[in-house]
Amino acid sequence: MSPALDEMPLAKGSRSLRSDLIGIAALLALAALGFLLFPDNLALLTRIIAIALLVLSVDLVTGICGVATLGQAALFGAGAYAAGIGAAHYGITDPLLMVLAGIAGGAIAGLICGIVILRAHGLPQLVLSIALIHLFHELANKTTSWTGGSDGLSGISPGPLLDMFTFDLWGRTAYVFAVVLLIAVFILLRILVRSPFGMLCRGIREDPVRVRAMGASPHATLVKMYVISGAVAGVGGALSAITTQVVGLDSLSFTLSAEALVMLVLGGAGSLYGALAGTVIFMLFEDFVSAANPFHWLTMVGALLVAVVLFAPKGLYGTAEDLLLRWKGKAP
Amino acid sequence: MNTIFSIGVDALAYGMVLFVISIGLSVTMGLMRVVNLAHGAFAMIGGYIASYAAQSLGLGYAAAVLLAVAGTIIIAIPIERVLYRRIYGQPELTQVLMTIGVTFMIIGIANYVFGPTLKTIPLPDELRGSVNLGFRSIATHRVFAIVCGLIVAAALWYAIEKTAFGIKLRAAVDNAAMAAALGVRTEVVYAVSFAVAVGLAALGGVVGAELLPVEPYYALRYMVTFLVVVSVGGAGSIPGALVACLLLGAIDTAGRYLMPEFGEFFFYLAVIAIVWVFPRGLAGGRGA
Repeated sequence: MSPALDEMPLAKGSRSLRSDLIGIAALLALAALGFLLFPDNLALLTRIIAIALLVLSVDLVTGICGVATLGQAALFGAGAYAAGIGAAHYGITDPLLMVLAGIAGGAIAGLICGIVILRAHGLPQLVLSIALIHLFHELANKTTSWTGGSDGLSGISPGPLLDMFTFDLWGRTAYVFAVVLLIAVFILLRILVRSPFGMLCRGIREDPVRVRAMGASPHATLVKMYVISGAVAGVGGALSAITTQVVGLDSLSFTLSAEALVMLVLGGAGSLYGALAGTVIFMLFEDFVSAANPFHWLTMVGALLVAVVLFAPKGLYGTAEDLLLRWKGKAP
Repeated sequence: MNTIFSIGVDALAYGMVLFVISIGLSVTMGLMRVVNLAHGAFAMIGGYIASYAAQSLGLGYAAAVLLAVAGTIIIAIPIERVLYRRIYGQPELTQVLMTIGVTFMIIGIANYVFGPTLKTIPLPDELRGSVNLGFRSIATHRVFAIVCGLIVAAALWYAIEKTAFGIKLRAAVDNAAMAAALGVRTEVVYAVSFAVAVGLAALGGVVGAELLPVEPYYALRYMVTFLVVVSVGGAGSIPGALVACLLLGAIDTAGRYLMPEFGEFFFYLAVIAIVWVFPRGLAGGRGA
């Protein structure tokens, strides 16, 4: 998994800036297109953006740092519950403050999960991540007075955004809010991924021993990245809590963790565009298939996963990029 | 005292069932270096076949067990040939994705074919009563599970330590390329151990159906339990797996008896604590 070309560092500064601007413009165009094409289904599009933030956070630890995790929903759920509990129990209903609560909740969960998961390597690491998501799930399930347990946490009624825009019935405010959050996070992550810190993380994925020999601490760097990834997932969780006004136990489930990883790999791990593409394709596919035949949903996800591993191991974005490069290479 | 005794017996039976299911995973993981998240799904298939054979075909318990083991192996071998072959030697993430994909497919199909309800495997009369030890009596099924575990452990120990196949197996675990260079047909060793592993998983799924009820999400629910046995016990180590199973069985059973509300919570906490202290497995020593 070599880094995507447009994420190469420094030297091609102006070129990568241009490609970033094009990327952001493309995102905005897609968001506007979604708004125009599916005015009745903005809730789905908002949900896709919330999950996209989760998948971006998986990309940070799995795609960039090479840490395989099946417990990332713990960070997403922590953000969602932090924002939800703040609103339902303490009356913090300003949407921006709720996002901040989500960031804090996600970052703290990221710190805990990072410290625990990075304790081991390989299979034990995977086991730790699975045990963590179950642990968070059980904790939320049992502390019913705080989280509402299996009934879900309701009674979240976010106030108007910037005291001006109320969250309307059609979800227009929610959708615009979600798009703005996503673009902001995306720009920050582009800067992060290309920073020396981001390159250090990629270096750790390739060869941790050498990074240590260079004098950097792989463990401390990865824990930092986990906290950042927790903050990103927390934004997604808070967004989901604000826009759906309810937080359920499914936001802390193993299935969500596994699906997030599936979306990342479907799009292409190690690339932010891949993470976004994977989420959009997977979620639209899910919406389509589960409406057509809910029984076979899990079977289809499994088959999709096996097919991606066999036929497009770099993900759809990575494979498309390869094809494009090959095509460019042949043309003089 | 009575509680402690029941906890002890249940823990032992549960640990032995875990051992029968997970030991195959441990051996194949040590041998083929594949992180096989679908192992629990094979145990589940065994449970479903036995349930179907006993409930719908009216076969006896022994016949149902045999049919379950044979049927699961027959289902698993094409999966190994077509899918698993491709991921030997691939990065871990690839293996995780492929095997989790297989698990999802099996769950979806099981849910569709057998429905979301719990399936039972009726026990024969001989296993229903209880055994009187003079001062206490134990459910016969628990004794049966414990005996099964002991027989499997002894048979595997004999097969691996004392037979020619065991020598080849150990050589392939240590260094597959070197073993192949010395004339060991490693692909045969792989195929046989995969079949044995799947068969044992099916056996464990049937024998343990009283303790781990058969339902579509079985494969996900107990995935972490089976994996933690391997990661704690050390891949390919029979004594390690046995100790890990008894330990986990004791923690889980004690949690259920003493704190039914928070049983699972403490189980996962204990799993994290064990892996935290022994990140390289019990045999690998404590982590730095």
